[in-house]
Amino acid sequence: MLTKRIIPCLDVKEGRVVKGIQFVELRDAGDSVELARFYDEQGADELVFLDISASHEGRKTMVEVVKAVASELAIPFTVGGGINSLEDMKRILRAGADKVSLNTAAVLRPELITEGANFYGSQCIVVAIDAKYDEEIGTWRVYTHGGRKATERDVISWAKEAVERGAGELLLTSMDADGEKKGFNIALTKAVSEAVSVPVIASGGAGNADHFAEAFLDGKADAALAASIFHYKETSVAEVKESVKQRGVCIR
Amino acid sequence: MIGIIDYGMGNLFSVEKALERLGVEAFISDDHERLRQADGLILPGVGAFKDAMDLLNENGLTKMIHEYVQTGKPFLGICLGMQLLFESSEENGLTNGLSLLPGKVIRFSGVDRKGESYKVPHMGWNKLRFDQDSPLLQGVDEDYVYFVHSFYVDADQSDVVLAEANYDVNVAAVVGKENVFGMQFHPEKSSVMGMQLLRNFTKLTEKGSTADEFYNLSRN
Repeated sequence: MLTKRIIPCLDVKEGRVVKGIQFVELRDAGDSVELARFYDEQGADELVFLDISASHEGRKTMVEVVKAVASELAIPFTVGGGINSLEDMKRILRAGADKVSLNTAAVLRPELITEGANFYGSQCIVVAIDAKYDEEIGTWRVYTHGGRKATERDVISWAKEAVERGAGELLLTSMDADGEKKGFNIALTKAVSEAVSVPVIASGGAGNADHFAEAFLDGKADAALAASIFHYKETSVAEVKESVKQRGVCIR
Repeated sequence: MIGIIDYGMGNLFSVEKALERLGVEAFISDDHERLRQADGLILPGVGAFKDAMDLLNENGLTKMIHEYVQTGKPFLGICLGMQLLFESSEENGLTNGLSLLPGKVIRFSGVDRKGESYKVPHMGWNKLRFDQDSPLLQGVDEDYVYFVHSFYVDADQSDVVLAEANYDVNVAAVVGKENVFGMQFHPEKSSVMGMQLLRNFTKLTEKGSTADEFYNLSRN
């Protein structure tokens, strides 16, 4: 049986992992390979690297990060952030990443999803959606530019469109839940997961190990992603997996 | 020395690096002569079946691969590379494959026997169940490996299946017949078990390997 996946997310800025400061036992807490190995050994099923570099130069170094991780580790990983063209996708995938994640660029030009899927297959193309509930329209609205800009799109119809255009997976972040540490946004996750035929990664809101099982059991997510609770060692991937397993969820 | 066939599709870099970590010399090439001289060949692949076959045909690699397999040297297809070993695929209409193994590649229906829908692609970690003895599986325990695919070979319809995984249907996960092998999952992304399986393949390329012994035993 296919297992549910636990995915730590690492923010990379100018080629260095940031927020990794709690890993005192590491020689270099900013080193992507060391952190990736740390998570791999804990049983992480996949990793997501999010490039938050502001500069063009910074983004170029992402390719080096990808190469280094792919050289050293046998773990699947996705790269997102700053991927705006088929050329960007090629650079990252050729360097050894398994998937690329498109966010703002896909909203601005949805054809990009299809171009990537036609070239590499849907399984390489993740569409990341930042969602925030909007009382006015009574549903979730899609945000772009790192959550700074509201769009006209509603999340469910955009999720469906992204899949129709060739997305092989959705990375769904609840802006309402993000940073609150009160658990994943179950209503949002369930609504999207039931609306599409591809796997959905729940993101935003994980505050403890027990929150993950809810995302799978109630939210119908296929994978769950978290950043800060792993970085700051509030829990570990191993602890999360144990908690999820005890609730009867199939896990590696 | 193991050759990784470069035909413009797939994650060649990760496969090469995985072999390097095993201490096995490997090269990526589209040069027929170089590939012919390799002790073993790997056909990786990510993308669409038809595009891949078109590229193999255009580059004359289809013929080269058939001739290579005739020599008896080990050959391994990974992911789409495994699917290409079979007779045909229904991806984007019916396309003929390399026909090195009997069987056809079909799409996950996305609906189970009870009428409930399930997610396609089959993406993530799934556990292998071993079906037949093989040098590829020697010394390896049944464990989880990483799959990403929307098309599959039905394990119930094939007698070349060495290991399978269940995802609504029984998916052919490791296949093999004589010197031709395939893995539907990504061994280069499958942590410890993936590396063990790759190691077993590379052992087959070593002269006087356990594989020779294995085959002699099974033939006798």
